[in-house]
Amino acid sequence: MLAYIGRRILGMIPTLFIVSVITFIIIQLPPGDFFTTRAIEAAMSGGGQDKETVKTMQERYGLDKPLYVQYWRWVSGFPRGDFGYSLEWNSPVLPIVLQRMGYTLQVGGLSLLFMVAVAIPIGIYSATHQYSFGDHALSLIGFLGLSLPGFLLALLWMFLGIIVLRIPVGGEISKGMADQPWNLAKILDYLNHLWPPAVILGLASTAQLQRIMRGNLLDVMGQQFITTARAKGLKEKKVVNKYGVRAAINPLISVMAMEIPKIISESTIVGIVMSVPTTGPLLLRALLTQDMYLAGTFLLFMTLLLMIANLLADIALAWADPRIVYT
Amino acid sequence: MSDTTSKSEELFRLYEELSDASADLEPEDLAEQKSLDAIFAASQWQLMWRKFKRNKVAIAGGIVVLLFYLGALLAGFIAPYTLESRFVKYIHMPPQRVRFFNNGKLQPHVCSVDLTIDENLRKHYTPDCTERFPLQFFAHGEPYKLLGLIDTDVHLFQVPDGIVSLLGTDRQGRDMFSRILYGSQISLTIGLLGVLMSLLFGSVLGVISGYYGGWIDDLMQRLIELVRSFPAIPLWMALSAAVPPHWPPLRTYFAVTLILSLIGWTWLARQLRGKVLSLRHEDFVLAAKMTGATDAWIIFRHLIPATFSHIIVVSTLAMPSMILSETALSFLGLGLRPPITSWGVLLKEVQNIQSIALYPWVFTPALAIAILILAFNFLGDGLRDAADPYTV
Repeated sequence: MLAYIGRRILGMIPTLFIVSVITFIIIQLPPGDFFTTRAIEAAMSGGGQDKETVKTMQERYGLDKPLYVQYWRWVSGFPRGDFGYSLEWNSPVLPIVLQRMGYTLQVGGLSLLFMVAVAIPIGIYSATHQYSFGDHALSLIGFLGLSLPGFLLALLWMFLGIIVLRIPVGGEISKGMADQPWNLAKILDYLNHLWPPAVILGLASTAQLQRIMRGNLLDVMGQQFITTARAKGLKEKKVVNKYGVRAAINPLISVMAMEIPKIISESTIVGIVMSVPTTGPLLLRALLTQDMYLAGTFLLFMTLLLMIANLLADIALAWADPRIVYT
Repeated sequence: MSDTTSKSEELFRLYEELSDASADLEPEDLAEQKSLDAIFAASQWQLMWRKFKRNKVAIAGGIVVLLFYLGALLAGFIAPYTLESRFVKYIHMPPQRVRFFNNGKLQPHVCSVDLTIDENLRKHYTPDCTERFPLQFFAHGEPYKLLGLIDTDVHLFQVPDGIVSLLGTDRQGRDMFSRILYGSQISLTIGLLGVLMSLLFGSVLGVISGYYGGWIDDLMQRLIELVRSFPAIPLWMALSAAVPPHWPPLRTYFAVTLILSLIGWTWLARQLRGKVLSLRHEDFVLAAKMTGATDAWIIFRHLIPATFSHIIVVSTLAMPSMILSETALSFLGLGLRPPITSWGVLLKEVQNIQSIALYPWVFTPALAIAILILAFNFLGDGLRDAADPYTV
């Protein structure tokens, strides 16, 4: 098992290398660079920067060098933990990215929890009450959740929160709380801002998981070992929970692993709409201002996060299902 | 116990379905062969159609999707105004109610609208039914090109002396109903085009990968893994940010479509590869090989047609996510920009939550998206069930 994990981690390195090259090419694609973009912005608002200043700045930050030189400068810093310098924030990129990734992880993790806690019980209920009113109603709700994109739900939630419920929504924390030291009230307030984006992110995946759980359990309940269990005279509750659910839940791990990329990916856009500090708002800003190291590092770290999530899912699957042979 | 009842129920259903299907046959057919031979002799497409027809929800979804596409096709005719027609006197006007009866006569009309501005400078529109504007059908209005070809100025309905705005107007006094119709032209075609493009890459690469196997398959799988290791939306965002803002609208449109299909094809390729892997060793492929058919012949004449039903299902299910991705990108200001108007561009104009609160009708494009996506999902689900006609 350890050897398998080690091999998988080693296998990630070449992929990460190619990903870093592609990322660098993509962030270099837009015409111009940070300084020309800023000069245009300044010119539009009436100010101006002469060509000399722009040129000096480009030289100082090495933006006039050929692409491969710039790429090498970026990549060679990685082992030292140097992922470049954000020109807009005047700070190294890494702390900014890590902070945002941390928040994304919190939101994503919470939405995974939400997914499991909601989807599995509903799936079990739907399967054991197939074609009942409850099953149909829950399936319909699931279908709606699957169809509505995260950013629409986020907009809807903001609308509901501000207009109908008149509670503060969006943001990381309430305005007055930001400067206070951490205490119970602040933690509660923080959590109060954390769950809406998590639920919104998890909704589509919950619907997916719930449908698959229902299908799996229905499949399993038709198998012979269930008939045997019933023939032995076990209580129906025990047949479902101890025999059915246990067998039906294994494939869910890989389904969940497939939902993680969606959550990470959607978290950008939901973050932008709800103005919560996921990677989204900063990535968007960095892309628009061509703050290339920041944008590139965001992309790189999110890709890394995806790979780690996939690896964890594979490990979890191997651990949960003894029939799986890992080589 | 419950197991046996469900089994017998299933058999009964099967029996009923078979007799249902025989009831669909023409009387003379029925006379010819009273047995159920027709069912077993039916082609796969007939079987699929039969199964699909029974799924009412899927049919409803299909009809809604068709209506949306029809609306997009005839947008100029159905919309009373053009995309950029502005009514400076009617800014942020709420939707008007169409009244059908006038003094007991059937005469669809809208009431004239009075504008008052209160002390907070907020506009209040109140309908004033002393003056009524009847809807004139097939009346002349602003000129447009029907289907992009025929110059005409006939619209489905017009109110020559007033304004008719079924879904209200936006902050520039433009009719939301007309704008949603025109926006659907972009949103719906970008889905179609994006899926077509992913199909082109995905089906060819997926089928080749599954058919040849070996190092070609390995290479293809690594490539797919690489593309899929990127998180989709951030990658789309980065690529769209690279589309130069000074590009002409048409080129931007194609660039955004290409960007969307850049990830979409991997999913299709995987699905088709799996299908082809299972077909590769079927007898008909072997027979074709024995008769000396070339690989290209086998791929294009045998394998791709054999996976056709699968391709249709997969692409129908891929449509909603394509449309949603475009909407999301444009909504962020990274995808399409005015003058190209898609639903995402329309939504971008209302990003401000306060404006949704004050003028909820500017949020109607979201409703259109939700309905369309739901319809597409129902249709796709029905097709998927139907595509496997041998399971009950």
